[in-house]
Amino acid sequence: MLPVIAFYVLSAFVVGAAFMVVAARNPVHAVMYLILTFFSAAGLFILMGAEFLALLLIMVYVGAVAVLFMFVVMMLDVDFVELKKGFLQHVPMGVVVGGVLLTEMILVGAYSLAKPSQGVILAPKDSSNIKELGNVLYTEYAFFFEGVGLVLLVALIGAIVLTLRTREGVKRQNIADQIARTREEGVELVDVESGEGIGS
Amino acid sequence: MSIGLSHYLIVAAILFTIGVFGIFVNRKNIIIIMMCIELILLAVNINFVAFATHSGDLAGQVFAMFILTVAAAEAAVGLAILVVYFRNRGDIAVEDANLMKG
Repeated sequence: MLPVIAFYVLSAFVVGAAFMVVAARNPVHAVMYLILTFFSAAGLFILMGAEFLALLLIMVYVGAVAVLFMFVVMMLDVDFVELKKGFLQHVPMGVVVGGVLLTEMILVGAYSLAKPSQGVILAPKDSSNIKELGNVLYTEYAFFFEGVGLVLLVALIGAIVLTLRTREGVKRQNIADQIARTREEGVELVDVESGEGIGS
Repeated sequence: MSIGLSHYLIVAAILFTIGVFGIFVNRKNIIIIMMCIELILLAVNINFVAFATHSGDLAGQVFAMFILTVAAAEAAVGLAILVVYFRNRGDIAVEDANLMKG
């Protein structure tokens, strides 16, 4: 009975928070609701026996992506009230498209899954989910795993290259210049007459 | 009464629809649009995990992990583009983004 209650509560949180992401007036609140959505979805993942993915969801989404969103929302000096204008104007079209989409998906689901619910979502096996996942990840899916690593590397470099800028009038250390300095341009020997000093 | 595959699929379908709906109603605010894309990808992930558990095959969970990675990469690059756009234009109203007259 407990899993059933947990499922309905978590699902209600997922759907409600996701709706608030869309409807929130303040984007900071939208990010907060996004975090709530991901937390509840992680709960759903645990119910399905995918513990590792649930933890990954919290680490990657709540720990990285949501913080990134929050960072950008707070860093950009944008009038978000201005951007919210025209919200109600687009609602009818959104409702129509969303309604059609949802109806289609549920109809297809109901049609193809008309056979009475094929068993319960099965409980995890005696071996832990993380161990099982690790077993296939580093053997069967090793190349895909490395490919995903490459995707992350490209994203990392891309984000840095995109946001890097060289500003004028900023003093920087240029190591090549420092190394290429010769004695002639660095040191000047002056014969100083006694009692006169160096005239300017 | 037990929770089966179709329950999870319906939750995922609702989540997906909310994401699409959000893209329609928040046309001006690209930050919210990107959050909606994250919601859509989350719905896809729920579907993958539900089917993986249902069929007792771990391939779905592995793929859900890959989708998670790609979603994170997409968010990073998208927000970087957004920051650069803001630097160049001074605002992020994407409706005015018609420099290329496309």
